Amino acid sequence: MMRLQVNGKELTIDGVAEDTPLLWVLRDELKLVGTKFGCGIAQCGACTVHLDGQPVRSCQIPVSAVSGMKVTTVEGLAEGEQLSALQQAWIDHDVAQCGYCQSGQLMSATALLATNPDPTDAQIDSAMAGNICRCGTYGRIKKAIKAAAQAGKGKA
Amino acid sequence: MDGEQFNQMMLGAVAGADPGAAHSLSRRGFIKVAGGAAGGLVLGLSMGMPNLAQAQSGPPPRPFAPGAFVRIAPDGKITLISKNPEIGQGIKTGFGVILAEELDAKWSDVTVEQAEVNAAVYGTQIAGGSMSIPRGWDELRYAGAGARAMLIAAAAQRWGVPVGELTTADSTVIHAASGRKASYGSLATAAAALPVPDIQTLKLKARKDYKLIGKRFTGVDNAALVRGQPLFALDVQLPGMKYASIEKCPAVGGKAKSFNADEIKKLPGILDAFIVEGTPPVADVMKTGVLPGVAIIGKNTWTVLSARKALKVEWDTGTASKDSWTDFVKQAGVLASKTQGETVVKAKGDVDKALAAGEGKTKTVEAFYQFGFVSHAQLEPQNTVAWFKDGAVELWAPMQLPDPALVGAAAGVPADKVKLNQMRVGGGFGRRLMNDFVCEAAHLSRKVDGPVQVVWTREDDMRHDAYRVGGFMGYRAGIDAQGKLAAFDAHMVTFKDTASGKVSKGGGISPNEFPADYVDDYRASQSFLPLSTPVVWWRAPGASTMAWVQQSFLHEVAVAAGRDHVEFLVELFGRKSGTGAAPNRGLDPDRAIGVIKLAAEKAGWGKRLPKGHHHGLAFYFSHLGHIAEVAEVSVDASKKVTVHKVTVAADVGPVINLSAAENQCEGSVVDAVGTLALEVTIEGGAAQQTNFDRYPLPRMAVTPKVDVHFVQSEHSPTGLGEPVFPPVVPAICNAIHAATGHRIRTLPITKEGFSIG
Repeated sequence: MMRLQVNGKELTIDGVAEDTPLLWVLRDELKLVGTKFGCGIAQCGACTVHLDGQPVRSCQIPVSAVSGMKVTTVEGLAEGEQLSALQQAWIDHDVAQCGYCQSGQLMSATALLATNPDPTDAQIDSAMAGNICRCGTYGRIKKAIKAAAQAGKGKA
Repeated sequence: MDGEQFNQMMLGAVAGADPGAAHSLSRRGFIKVAGGAAGGLVLGLSMGMPNLAQAQSGPPPRPFAPGAFVRIAPDGKITLISKNPEIGQGIKTGFGVILAEELDAKWSDVTVEQAEVNAAVYGTQIAGGSMSIPRGWDELRYAGAGARAMLIAAAAQRWGVPVGELTTADSTVIHAASGRKASYGSLATAAAALPVPDIQTLKLKARKDYKLIGKRFTGVDNAALVRGQPLFALDVQLPGMKYASIEKCPAVGGKAKSFNADEIKKLPGILDAFIVEGTPPVADVMKTGVLPGVAIIGKNTWTVLSARKALKVEWDTGTASKDSWTDFVKQAGVLASKTQGETVVKAKGDVDKALAAGEGKTKTVEAFYQFGFVSHAQLEPQNTVAWFKDGAVELWAPMQLPDPALVGAAAGVPADKVKLNQMRVGGGFGRRLMNDFVCEAAHLSRKVDGPVQVVWTREDDMRHDAYRVGGFMGYRAGIDAQGKLAAFDAHMVTFKDTASGKVSKGGGISPNEFPADYVDDYRASQSFLPLSTPVVWWRAPGASTMAWVQQSFLHEVAVAAGRDHVEFLVELFGRKSGTGAAPNRGLDPDRAIGVIKLAAEKAGWGKRLPKGHHHGLAFYFSHLGHIAEVAEVSVDASKKVTVHKVTVAADVGPVINLSAAENQCEGSVVDAVGTLALEVTIEGGAAQQTNFDRYPLPRMAVTPKVDVHFVQSEHSPTGLGEPVFPPVVPAICNAIHAATGHRIRTLPITKEGFSIG
């Protein structure tokens, strides 16, 4: 039995091998399917989640390694009905095409703005370099990040 | 069949291969559907609800369901149904906008639902060929208009006024003379009891009256996407579901002889493991069923994927592909040394004579191009959930072309015992026009008690893709004394599938290929190499590579003739100005000229650019779209190519959803920028690039600014998922030439020492 803290909830899971990547525990055991499988080798970023606020590729993290850490998935970005500024910007800028990569993109972008609330273009490119969008929505992702950063400024 | 033939196939299914005929034939299809309504309501279709409404006199009120496309509930909620797969092209939103426009619904009242798979109601449900918009345009407009007419009729009856005195706006019927208004919801139950209007009586809106079409709409699934809600097949989690995956022979066509079954079955969480013989090979790659291999069933995905790593399989490669790209390149070089290929596709005048010395021309230009295979690499790996029970199978899958008969055969049941659920597709690009992975799940569902989810790894996906076919093109062109293109000779070395003996999908050159109609001495011929590697449609099939060779070479000709590229292309298309769209083809020289001039103007063609920046231009017609693009590029000393900006000029008729249309243009540009540096090499029948480490898809930093301009012509609207891609690659390569004097004649450009950065 393992204990996990996911999106603010304490959870226990049973009967899962310790080397199981966090990705598959989230998806198969906890049914948190927003975190996506894309490549399995940390190249595409579709599986990006936060561990104590840091963006990581959950396909490479054994579940045994995250005990005691706070796991945040895309399902944990909104507070109830209230979407995060980035989620709202993603909708308003009509970012997605197929949408499959966008959970991971949002997680990387959220981590970026948490540490750098007003990133430059180059900083965005760098922070988002681990996330592939096969549909090529990068221009809109960048615009949405900037819009959310602007919205954050307004609040501060 | 090449890309153009693909277009014709898709068109032919609806409109007798003439884009202009789409209107009348769609109407026929509509009436046919309506006629199938056996006592049903409006626009026919399968909904039982309206009859129930008639049968029941009291509450609960039943929704008004005028056909398979529109449902209106008494509470005012309007549900519109999108029949085709959503693969990221935005069709679910676009179809909703078209329906809502003619229904005169308020967009905020509307919910769009994915249709069930039902050929009797919807005909072919496909995301392919960029044909959803041209095929759906009339059908959906009439469905919306028919529902609106019934709501008006219901209001006329209620108020005792003539139908002609009523208007609609924002989901409301209005009687201006008396000031009365009734919401669609309040009329829904009454409307449901009315007869189906005759399609001939329906009047469609004039374009100037559009309230929705042409504006920007955000995707109807956006809110669910950003919350990570389950929309994709891989997200389907059913109670008691098992997980499965099949190890396949790296060399395509190899079969499993034996494996360490005892060892595998003992692994924790593994429920079963067995050899899958696979269905017999078929001639048509689109009908590929179950591929052979070793199946492992387990209690979760990771136990299955872990067990696959412990597999020791003895493969029988006797029937496997031995294809080698290295060998193909050598053989193609030999074949291409002849000016005329083994099959002449089109010949007119005397091209050999015209290209011979001393025939009044000043110059001959010759070039040989080659391009490798590429992968679809859609980000959601192949997967399907299948559940067999009580003699029937239900599946949840990412499909571009649901095929119940094929899937049923894999499960050993007839098509009418197959229920396919269309899930949002995590990228298509043509790969999911095939249903091999769906068949796999259908097959395994017979061996598993309860639902089973089949997942492919990225390595499975790239090894067992059906790729974009590579190819080779030898060109010769003659330039006359006036510097005009006078003769054109194309010899393509392409592939025939060994399974079918037919030209591989996306390969070959069409008799109508540009510039066949524009020069007097012309020949197109082709030679063939046998191909065992599966290939299938890949975004703008045929066009995506033909545009590159042709538009690069025509730029070579323009340069050799000492002419401005814009002026050269405008003169060439101008030779047929005023002739309209070519029969069975749709390329209209004046629409071509229109977008070439527009792209040049918007990009600032011929004007001063930032230091080191250079322009390249290309035009291509495909998927009914006339598209010209100008790339602004710089190349550094290490041959790193930076694409700063791509200006897109597109004539696809009126745009439905401007946001989605721009998104398709932006995405196509990024796809093309990335793809020109990518390839899958096949050796020993196996792909050598099996994941994104060796197949580096483009990332954010290479994204150019994309400046999109739509002509918004009066022609019927056509699709945008594909036609923007083809001109991007030659536009960039032409700009590289402008920047460096080096002509890229090999894709990927990495083969010539260049990179994208």
